Amino acid sequence: MTAPKKKQAEVQPKLNNKVALTETNLFLIITISVFFVMYVSAVVFLGGRFTKVQYFLDILNVYASLITLTCGMSLVMITGGIDISVGQVTSLVCMTCAVYLENKGGNVFVAFLIAIGIGLAFGLIQGLLVAYLNIQPFIITLAGLFFAKGLTTIICSDPLAIETNKAFLTLKGTHIKFGNNYIEIGVVVALATVIILFSVLRWTKLGRNFYAVGGNNQSANMLGINVKLTKFMAHLICGFCAGLGGWLLLMNLGSGNPANGEGAEMNAIASSIIGGTMLSGGVGNIIGSLFGVLSLATIKGIVPKLTGTSDDPWWPNITVSGMLCLFLILQSIIIARKNRKKA
Amino acid sequence: MEKSAVLEMRGICKYFPGVRALENVDFTLREGEIHALMGENGAGKSTLIKVLTGVYPKDGGNIHLKGKESEVNIRSPQDAQNMGISTVYQEITLCPNLTVAENMYIGRTKSPLTNWKKINSDAEKLLQSLGIPAKAKQQLSSCSIAVQQMVAIARAVDMECKVLILDEPTSSLDEQEVEKLFKLMRDLREKGVGIIFVTHFLEQVYEVCDRITVLREGKLVGEYIIEDLPRVQLVSKMLGKEFDDMAEIKSESDTENIDYNGTPVYEATGLAGTTGIKPFDFSIHKGEVNGFTGLLGSGRSECVRAIFGADRVTGGIVKINGKKVNINKPLDAMKNGISYLPEDRKRDGIVGDLSVRDNIILALQVMKGFFRPFSRAQAEKFADEYIKLLNIKTASADTPIKSLSGGNQQKVILARWLLANPVYLILDEPTRGIDIGTKVEIQKLVLKLASEGKSVTFISSELDEMIRTCSRLVVMRDGKVVGELKGDDLNQNKIMATIAGGEGK
Amino acid sequence: MTTSGKTLKPNTSVKSALGRLASNQLFIPILALILLSLFVLIAKPSFFNIEFKNVDGNNILQGNLITVLDKASELAILAIGMTLVTSASGGQDISVGAMIAIAGSVVIRVVKGYAPDISGGQFAGMIITAFLLCVVVSALFGAFNGSLVAFFKIQPMVATLILFTAGRSIAQWINNNENITIKDNRFGYFGGFIPGVPIPTPIFITAICLGIMALVLKFTNLRLYSQSVGINASSSRLNGINPKMMKLLTFIILGVCVAVCGFIKVSRVSQIRYTTIGNAIEMDAILAVALGGNNLGGGKFNMTASVIGAYVIQFLTTALMSFKVPSTAIYAYKAVIVIVLVILSAPIVREKLNDLKKKLFSSQQTKVKEVS
Repeated sequence: MTAPKKKQAEVQPKLNNKVALTETNLFLIITISVFFVMYVSAVVFLGGRFTKVQYFLDILNVYASLITLTCGMSLVMITGGIDISVGQVTSLVCMTCAVYLENKGGNVFVAFLIAIGIGLAFGLIQGLLVAYLNIQPFIITLAGLFFAKGLTTIICSDPLAIETNKAFLTLKGTHIKFGNNYIEIGVVVALATVIILFSVLRWTKLGRNFYAVGGNNQSANMLGINVKLTKFMAHLICGFCAGLGGWLLLMNLGSGNPANGEGAEMNAIASSIIGGTMLSGGVGNIIGSLFGVLSLATIKGIVPKLTGTSDDPWWPNITVSGMLCLFLILQSIIIARKNRKKA
Repeated sequence: MEKSAVLEMRGICKYFPGVRALENVDFTLREGEIHALMGENGAGKSTLIKVLTGVYPKDGGNIHLKGKESEVNIRSPQDAQNMGISTVYQEITLCPNLTVAENMYIGRTKSPLTNWKKINSDAEKLLQSLGIPAKAKQQLSSCSIAVQQMVAIARAVDMECKVLILDEPTSSLDEQEVEKLFKLMRDLREKGVGIIFVTHFLEQVYEVCDRITVLREGKLVGEYIIEDLPRVQLVSKMLGKEFDDMAEIKSESDTENIDYNGTPVYEATGLAGTTGIKPFDFSIHKGEVNGFTGLLGSGRSECVRAIFGADRVTGGIVKINGKKVNINKPLDAMKNGISYLPEDRKRDGIVGDLSVRDNIILALQVMKGFFRPFSRAQAEKFADEYIKLLNIKTASADTPIKSLSGGNQQKVILARWLLANPVYLILDEPTRGIDIGTKVEIQKLVLKLASEGKSVTFISSELDEMIRTCSRLVVMRDGKVVGELKGDDLNQNKIMATIAGGEGK
Repeated sequence: MTTSGKTLKPNTSVKSALGRLASNQLFIPILALILLSLFVLIAKPSFFNIEFKNVDGNNILQGNLITVLDKASELAILAIGMTLVTSASGGQDISVGAMIAIAGSVVIRVVKGYAPDISGGQFAGMIITAFLLCVVVSALFGAFNGSLVAFFKIQPMVATLILFTAGRSIAQWINNNENITIKDNRFGYFGGFIPGVPIPTPIFITAICLGIMALVLKFTNLRLYSQSVGINASSSRLNGINPKMMKLLTFIILGVCVAVCGFIKVSRVSQIRYTTIGNAIEMDAILAVALGGNNLGGGKFNMTASVIGAYVIQFLTTALMSFKVPSTAIYAYKAVIVIVLVILSAPIVREKLNDLKKKLFSSQQTKVKEVS
């Protein structure tokens, strides 16, 4: 809860120094405020399950996979690209690992490596095509999406629950307890990913290059940055995150299903954008992305309550899209105003 | 006292297919001087800079740098930077979303980690020592353009550059900002940095530079010490006309038939736009050919764009044949009988992948309306007629326009606007980058159109073209109309003096 | 509907005539079709059988080729709109599948209210109402996408991502997520057979749509305007075209195409399945445009090539299915084709290929010179 205050404290003296608020900070503050306002009002006005600590922890448990996906997505978006294959890659990873673990009685560690391997393979190929052949990321990752979708059903077309692999079930059942409440280990992995990627973006040369390339890739080139390599790395890391996200989803659900990751790319993009990542590139923050996911989760929790009938499955989806639309238009207006200032 | 040279370029040649962009050009930059590189369009300034910064490989000549015994071979911009040659371009080549400090150090550090403390404190020190009004932690996009330019300079300085190239850095700055930039330049001169200053603002050259090198048509005109070269001389050297050469070229156009007292075909009062020109008045009569002149960047193109509604118009009253009209977008102008051949043929003129035929009929077709397309036969008739009329060399009317030569592309665009049958035709640099034969053809055509009763505005960087064709010239400097010349005043000396302004009397 | 009206000069050799043919945009899709047919012909000759069959007292044509023509209808209609959007905005609309769900849902919503035994006149009125309403709704959604692209300058694919997600949920919302089956079998005529006619109705609907588009292209400046905007928006503006309105218009046209598709889709099965109707059809539509040799970055287009591309894709799908490849796995094959096509059309690769071509060409020319 101290996070927003701290940020404001940091921002205040800056303003006194007549240093304008950067877009990154501005969006971060908006996102964090949006999340807290939503969550607090849910607690106050709706009460019920929102007041329970475990409800919040369950959000983390369920959305651990999406958090990692969003991290990867934000990274690619910061460089000015996009990757819409992550959702189906998640499905593919789940399905492959489920088949390996359940039908082949495979080793959990090997399964984990398979998961990461699949993600990296997608990231590698898409990254190569985007960075070195200059192909629109959207079209190539759209093809990736369908490739993963087809491959998933080739491997196994029916949902498959893992019920016999003892080692996996033990791992899945491992919880970290706080009194009566618990989180799954997936949450730890997801939060670790957030922290690592945040640090990479903040304090490493590679991380700063992501921002430079997204800000203006011609300038970045003039400044002596290897633009192609940077774009490639972004896609590779995003692929890694997709593989990891698939594994976390499998740990949470315990089953493979072609529909597992359906629409996850959308949620990841929406979370990134709500979290303050600009589609035009160059602006974004991993912490913001985390709060973007939490906001998304909260909306999806609140909306059915508001419409009264929890069996109207469409409202959360429409609300999220509406919010995405709103943020997109907001970004577009900000860019237009900036351009006008320049001219 | 001659200072030692930091950079010597000898006999530099650069050829492009069909063009000699640079021929035997010498250039010398001395320690601690600000050296202006001047020339009109196509003079070869930017080619020379690009050869120096390794963007283009040179086709002949050699480059010597101080401290290097043998001649140097510059293969890439990166190479140039490593040898101490840094460039600051007109368009800022920094990343607006990063902080000032980061922009100064990104892409240069060896360590894989970013040490913010060190970067910020180093940057702060450097900014202070150079007197740049920016904070290290500030986001670059929150700085003014001038400060962004200065940050780019600071980056260059920190890379221990000996040669600093400023390529039209002042074109988007206001007076105060220019002043700040000049102060920084003078400070750097004190520190012994050699600065090459490319600009088209005469006043700025005389304010800050020590020496001038003038290029024209890819050849060296000469190197001068600033005190030895009065403004008028500089203008005449750039334009290639001797000031004293009183060769009178009488306008061939028949101006007697023009009724100057009648209602003008086009009349604007206080026309104002958003593109940095001051509000101006302008009118043109039936059968008249007028011109806008001034050096590149003086606002002559911006004026005609405002007339055509190509850029946002923010004020002023426009009358066509005495009737008040609103021209907010190109279609408005077209419907009122105004045609506009834009300056940048590639960006604003041609529709590259479309055929010559489609490019010719485009404007007339748009005026006719979306639901009334020309029949194929009609379009072919138009195209063939104008291909023949303007002698356009193309394999067929179906050839994509982008595969034609520059001159023929220009004729196609001209055909497009003639086909639209305007009462007032604006031609912005119709003769740029095309062969002599075509140039003459176009000038003849302009005079013919005027004798047929059309009004024409003709803009060209070449003065004698303007003198030959125009009966009246509007002279511009730094976005302002500074004079209007006609009749006997329409000679080179007077024009150059008016362009130069200031001490040029 | 072709753009090229090249007339062969009398003196052209056979070789250059071949070169001309190869440079024609129709060459790629037709070649693909021929190669595919040959492959299928060798692997499974029975694929091409067509026969008359009596189904429910109705003599109809049956066979894989009829299936291809029938099933490709939606795709061909979509390809029309997608080609225009691609041409003017330089991007693609990925929400068409979801928008088909909306359009279908609107049709069902109207039709479900009527009793199954209404008279022919009432039935016609109902269908017309349903169709018009679905066209209006789809056009509005198209306009929504279009305005995001034109006025807010959002990349087309990102802008349409919004409806890509929300579309199916909106479709569910329209009908309260009910599973509705239309009992009146006259409703199935539009996606199936009209009694007494042996050819599937969608083929006729497609023919009508293609005919309308051909007329529109002939009697308006749609082609000139959208190509100009796609090639050089700045130049188009200076010639009096409004690039923003053009982009908006192409998205609205695509919306209308989507409406027709949605109508056919729900009529085929007389019910709506919100999550699967028109699933992944956006991929096929984009593929059709690409296969037609159109530049996915906008500009010049060839409508005929796109439409043939659509039939090629359906041919591929039907052929794969006849080889017992599961329908969902077909995505993987198509994705590979997309990737190959996109790589081949990438400017960097094209340049390399052109260089190669030039080398081959120049060596040929020198040979010719030597001979003469």
